[in-house]
Amino acid sequence: MTAIISVERLDKSFGNHAALREVGFEIASGEMVTLIGPSGSGKSTLLRHLIGLTRADRQSHGHVRVLDRDVQRQGRLVGARREQRRRAGYIFQQFNLVGRLSVLTNVLIGHLGAMPRWRALTGRFTQHERDLALRALERVGIVGLAHQRANTLSGGQMQRVAIARALVQEAEVIFADEPIASLDPRSAREVMEILQRINREDGRTIVVTLHQVDVARRYCRRAIALKQGRLYYDGPIEGLTDSRLQALYENAGLDELESRQPDHRMAAPLHAVG
Amino acid sequence: MQSASSLDMQARAGKRSWTTLLGWAVAAGVLGWAWQGAEMAPGLLVSNAGNMATLAADFVPPTFGSLDHYIDQMLVTIQIAIWGTLLAVLFAIPFGLLSSDNLAPWWINQPVRRLMDACRAINELVFAMLFVVAVGLGPFAGTMALFVHTTGVLAKLFSEAVEATDAGPMEGVRVTGAGRLEEIIFGLIPQVLPLWISVSLYRFESNIRSATVLGMVGGGGIGVSLWETMRGFQYTETATIMLVIIVAVTLLDMASQRVRKRFI
Repeated sequence: MTAIISVERLDKSFGNHAALREVGFEIASGEMVTLIGPSGSGKSTLLRHLIGLTRADRQSHGHVRVLDRDVQRQGRLVGARREQRRRAGYIFQQFNLVGRLSVLTNVLIGHLGAMPRWRALTGRFTQHERDLALRALERVGIVGLAHQRANTLSGGQMQRVAIARALVQEAEVIFADEPIASLDPRSAREVMEILQRINREDGRTIVVTLHQVDVARRYCRRAIALKQGRLYYDGPIEGLTDSRLQALYENAGLDELESRQPDHRMAAPLHAVG
Repeated sequence: MQSASSLDMQARAGKRSWTTLLGWAVAAGVLGWAWQGAEMAPGLLVSNAGNMATLAADFVPPTFGSLDHYIDQMLVTIQIAIWGTLLAVLFAIPFGLLSSDNLAPWWINQPVRRLMDACRAINELVFAMLFVVAVGLGPFAGTMALFVHTTGVLAKLFSEAVEATDAGPMEGVRVTGAGRLEEIIFGLIPQVLPLWISVSLYRFESNIRSATVLGMVGGGGIGVSLWETMRGFQYTETATIMLVIIVAVTLLDMASQRVRKRFI
């Protein structure tokens, strides 16, 4: 089991607030790991560090390595060629599609990093690339929407487009930041199932931040829990016992406590259909 | 405690009304100061009404003998506006992107902004005079003048649109491994394009109006005839020219607004 993601001593502060403190862990190829913790615990910030959207503190010893390349080291992003960067993909809570472009074009954007520069800049996609994109849309179940504008879609559909974009990207590692937090329960379940299939069938490594423990238990075998920016737990999801969770979520907001109860909100539809 | 805090509030309310009053006084002062400077004398409009009537009478009836020539000149004016605006749009795109603080670091965006300020601060007529010296009398000087001034205006408006965009779609493109330029082309441009088209067309309308006077300083177009007939006291000819300008500007404004509405 060789690590394809390794994080060492990551520190990040926003002003005087320490968002991450000495966070470190390793993830092996093919794992599906959840990053869990109450809101404000730093899990989204941590995930942004892994793809290089956020830099660690300058005076820290932080080091992030993904797929044999340094993403950042001591608060400096390490540049990389497009072919290297596209090996890791990212899915956002707010989808981050380009609303005025068609669904198909949004998916094709996932292929930009693999195209010759002049074709990428002029947006000339070949028929083969279009077929790739259509196949990805078929896989996430919305091929019928290919020619609609992205901003006409529902949240669940948008998140599927974002996943199709990561599929076309052929990312070996997919980071998903609260992918279901803005979705209704049914869409949330479908999106989690798609991610699980990508992990199982394609062997992609997936790191997903969640704040509902019941969802994490259902889809992920390993959990990394953060509390107030520090690593609180790293191990099998079963190891997150009720007493540990109690401690993890103490002082957290009321909504966090509620969504942790298995019988509430997310949980009911998830179990009913599964 | 309570009475103390209510006293405090009263004091604050009193302070606020005092500053409001001061604000009004300053505003009134500025208006009076400007009135003097502009030598405002509405009375003259009444007492000199006779003079104006005499002058106005000189303009009628408009003579249409040289109408063809004036229409040709108006077309040249429109041609000046078309190229002046198009070149400005092409240059305003990179300058606008470079002066946006969400795309370029301060040591790039500040100098570019100052350069654009300079282009904008100096009127087209002044640029036209400079270009007449450089490239000689004629429409090309006028085109260059419109181009430089409009670049300054559009770069500012373009960059304001860029700074108001959502960073999400650009991050969405970035994480696919695409380069910085792809990020701008696919993540940013689609967001700002409707507004860019709209302000460019608006500037085209206003450039047609500006181009009608460029000829006065040798920049070509209908302004040449306008200036010559006025200096020669051929006011009936001037009236014809003004009619040609009014008709052309109205038609083009209407056409451009129609196109603009499709993009908003």
